[in-house]
Amino acid sequence: MEDTPEKYEGGVVKKFMYVNRRAPHGTIYAQESLEVVLIGAAFEQDVSIVFLDDGVYQIRKDQDTSAIGTKNFSKTFRALEMYDVEKLYVEKESMEARGMTVDDLIVPVEMKTSEEIGRLMEKQDVILSF
Amino acid sequence: MAILHTVNKSPFEKNSLETVMRIAIEGSSVLFIEDGVYGAMDGTSLNGKVSDASNRLHFYVLGPDLKARGLSEGEVMDCIEVIDYEGFVDLVVKHDATHACL
Repeated sequence: MEDTPEKYEGGVVKKFMYVNRRAPHGTIYAQESLEVVLIGAAFEQDVSIVFLDDGVYQIRKDQDTSAIGTKNFSKTFRALEMYDVEKLYVEKESMEARGMTVDDLIVPVEMKTSEEIGRLMEKQDVILSF
Repeated sequence: MAILHTVNKSPFEKNSLETVMRIAIEGSSVLFIEDGVYGAMDGTSLNGKVSDASNRLHFYVLGPDLKARGLSEGEVMDCIEVIDYEGFVDLVVKHDATHACL
């Protein structure tokens, strides 16, 4: 790391990137990722979240899991703002391949190209993939 | 600065190799480990894509994982370097961050 991480009271702030690549309800990955994001945010880390491939389905709006008996954690994405997690990115290529636009999403995100996502990744201290 | 991307699943089962090749920017590295090593073999349908990407990315494959699967170093694509565990550690140290693509 070329820059000394910024200090906050009681610790060091690092740049954490969470990379979500899986659809939301078939496996536990998406929900577990969100748990870890919230933990990072609770420790006041500099958090960003990237949705790639089927990961973009995690933040589709109008999810209703009542008939499958699992938690509809998609609503939790809307609470991230309260934890100062505001850097949410979707990959343009992944969205287009699935016929989706930002209007289909439950939270405001920034749309980035593959290359832009790659450049963002280079600025991170820690990258966690789910 | 450069990122080390690891791929641990067969590219014929999962799309992690394709995703990594799409987002990795010039000068980054890609390391095939575990079942990911099948993506390093010569003579597969993926050779063209990997070969093209090797103009801008560095490719490595973990030797012990090849050996465990009965694959010889001679069967690995020319644009991919075979490394051992020490080489893996060196790569991790050399890069600024590791993206273990799952």
